[in-house]
Amino acid sequence: MTQRSTEHATFTIERDYDAAPARVFAAFADPAAKARWFGPSAEVERALDFAVGGREYFSVGGPGGATYTYDARYEEIVPDTRIVYAYTLDRDDTRMSVSVATVELEPVGAGTRLTLTEQGVFLDGADTPAEREHGTREMIEKLAAVL
Amino acid sequence: MLKQLSVPPERVFHALGDPTRVAMVERLSRGPASVSELAQPLPMSLSAVVQHLAVLEGSGLVSSLKVGRVRTCRIEPAALRGAEDWVAQRRALWEASLDRLGDYLAETAPASELQSAGESQSACEPRSGERGGRASQTCNPAGEAGNQNSTKESLE
Repeated sequence: MTQRSTEHATFTIERDYDAAPARVFAAFADPAAKARWFGPSAEVERALDFAVGGREYFSVGGPGGATYTYDARYEEIVPDTRIVYAYTLDRDDTRMSVSVATVELEPVGAGTRLTLTEQGVFLDGADTPAEREHGTREMIEKLAAVL
Repeated sequence: MLKQLSVPPERVFHALGDPTRVAMVERLSRGPASVSELAQPLPMSLSAVVQHLAVLEGSGLVSSLKVGRVRTCRIEPAALRGAEDWVAQRRALWEASLDRLGDYLAETAPASELQSAGESQSACEPRSGERGGRASQTCNPAGEAGNQNSTKESLE
């Protein structure tokens, strides 16, 4: 039985890179570059149309035969400065979460401070501890290995 | 006996749905702190901090005890667990990705950036107004695989 629930959370991660904002931005904008550091490292169907209204997508097989699908839509792009996108994460046909991610780039000396903020709603996950213990943890470990 | 906390997850997530309160929880996850210690790094009045603290206490995430004139706050790990799981997992995914981004940037650093770290002009700066996807096509002077060995070391 699916227990219906919603949970909201926000978190922020800050990183400094020894690279100009233009290079960091390019690592988000160029599909070949982004594939080097984001998403599954395995050969899977994936797409990145880096433009407002454009979509980013990939599917990856998880433990137990489930398929996890990441599907994002870019909502705001300011070159070298800011990227905002909304994305969903599905397990097979079940929507697990809907998030807004904001990436901000700020020059710091010759480098860049990257601030990532993710705001999300997590669906029907809170009240199924068994699911969370077994399914999600494995999924996260699997995803952590590939993302 | 372990006390089972029955805090509604909604309240925990509401409490964490604010950057100031997240910062306070992060600070308390490193150990107990007085209210003034909590307030010190925050750009707001003490009374605003006290209000945030009230929300955190209402969620069961944080408890406080006043001894003499000092109110000491501490985290309640049991209440945090449910919310922490999700955030910790998603955060871990991002940390791993951003590590890989750092490796990628180091591997593809243009020679100009390495030689003159103080100068902002890099060899692959896309012009503003160009959409990044197109601009970045020409923005990989180190190539996908070659030319990485010395550049990576000198960045690290």
